[in-house]
Amino acid sequence: MTRRVALITGGMGGIGTAVCKKLGRANANLVVANCLPGYEHKATWLAAMKKEGFEVHAAEGDVSDFESTAAMVRKIESEIGPVDILVNNAGVVRDNMLKKMVLSEWMAVINSNLSSVFNVTKNVIDGMTERGWGRVVNMSSVNGQRGQFGQTNYSAAKAGVHGFAKALAQEVIRKGVTVNSVSPGYVETDMVKSIRKDVLEKLIAGIPIGRLAQPEEIASLVAFLTSEEAGYITGANIAINGGMYMT
Amino acid sequence: MAQQRIAVVTGGMGGLGESISTKMADAGYRVVVTYSPSNTKWKGWIDEMKGRGYSFGAYPVDVADFDDTAAKVTQIQKEMGAIDILVNNAGITRDMTFKKMTKADWDAVMHTNLDSCFNMTKQVMDGMVERQWGRVINVSSVNGQKGAFGQTNYSAAKAGIHGFTKALALEVAKKGVTINTISPGYIGTKMVTAIPKEILDSKILPQIPLGRLGKPDEVAGLIIYLCSEEAAFVTGANISINGGQHMY
Repeated sequence: MTRRVALITGGMGGIGTAVCKKLGRANANLVVANCLPGYEHKATWLAAMKKEGFEVHAAEGDVSDFESTAAMVRKIESEIGPVDILVNNAGVVRDNMLKKMVLSEWMAVINSNLSSVFNVTKNVIDGMTERGWGRVVNMSSVNGQRGQFGQTNYSAAKAGVHGFAKALAQEVIRKGVTVNSVSPGYVETDMVKSIRKDVLEKLIAGIPIGRLAQPEEIASLVAFLTSEEAGYITGANIAINGGMYMT
Repeated sequence: MAQQRIAVVTGGMGGLGESISTKMADAGYRVVVTYSPSNTKWKGWIDEMKGRGYSFGAYPVDVADFDDTAAKVTQIQKEMGAIDILVNNAGITRDMTFKKMTKADWDAVMHTNLDSCFNMTKQVMDGMVERQWGRVINVSSVNGQKGAFGQTNYSAAKAGIHGFTKALALEVAKKGVTINTISPGYIGTKMVTAIPKEILDSKILPQIPLGRLGKPDEVAGLIIYLCSEEAAFVTGANISINGGQHMY
């Protein structure tokens, strides 16, 4: 089996780490975890991964910046190899009601969650179509599907991610490249665990399945979508939300 | 897997059903197929599968008939064990424009494609809930999502399936049971590949951006993913596998 190179943006976060591990195991992919330039926990994260037996490379780059992303991808290509699997996972939140939201909060979320998808994909897609094989998985969100109070920016960016997936899926469909979105509900990452206990309890009560998702569950779905067998699934948006929102 | 899960695949000998059954068996499940009581070729199929190294439980079940599903599922659980996974795959078509469609054409498709989900699921759900583990996968269709000319009955039944999925998913979400729908596009089953090449090339393939039919094994792969332990947070979802034919 070919050893594919998988790039996970925001690869050192809660979901990103689980995706790195899962893709590393699946088909022995060569995994590259992206992080921001100068990310303070990079060395610790790499050491922890190594200790657990995962050979993961780190790639510093600001995916909200086109030039920084282009340089990062060139470096990955020359040092590790061309990217076959891209998981657009990097994202930030700047929650605020629209009434109070400032332009910088809007721009930060659009740039990091949506324009990043353009920036990274643009730099790897030609290689995928030339080689006749590729997988792009965009991390969307239940809040992109249903909207969320205080998240006009995040909901817009995450819904936008799937518009991008549907359009690009059609453009590259005959070249062996699939483009899909995954829309998780609430996942038990450090970010979610830091929510005040009573608020978190109320949040969980709103999830029909009665618990948060584990990052590994999201990672498994991503791994399935990047498999050979998932080649007929493209332009799809797959909900993994414990019954929270059904379309 | 800790213990061997038992999976029932309705219409398990059909074009898609056969791939689902064999791939699930390959994945380690104990697979029981149901087939239509009017199917005269069941014995030959069992023998052919034996030749390929598969030993399936096989039961004639009229999935459109509640009493028959009740009796047969009782028998299956007595002879094979408790059912952990149900793949509601059985289905028929009675295509024609609404103008010409008779009540019989409508009823046949409703009974076999939609009522069957109630009938079969009803027999296994209490057990799944009691044991706190279960997977139901309802096989819908791209034509249930987008509608298809000449298929008011089929499109209605297949869309209805996902309504059923969403409601039941909510009812059993806390019980370790997930209910999901998959919506395949055109899959290269014997039925579809039997279509004259000329029509396939001029009428069907141009609708599929990917430019090819799906493989039955690709659909089976999706079902196996949904049956896995790690798919426990996926419930009430409708997953498209259609080569880009319909995106929403």
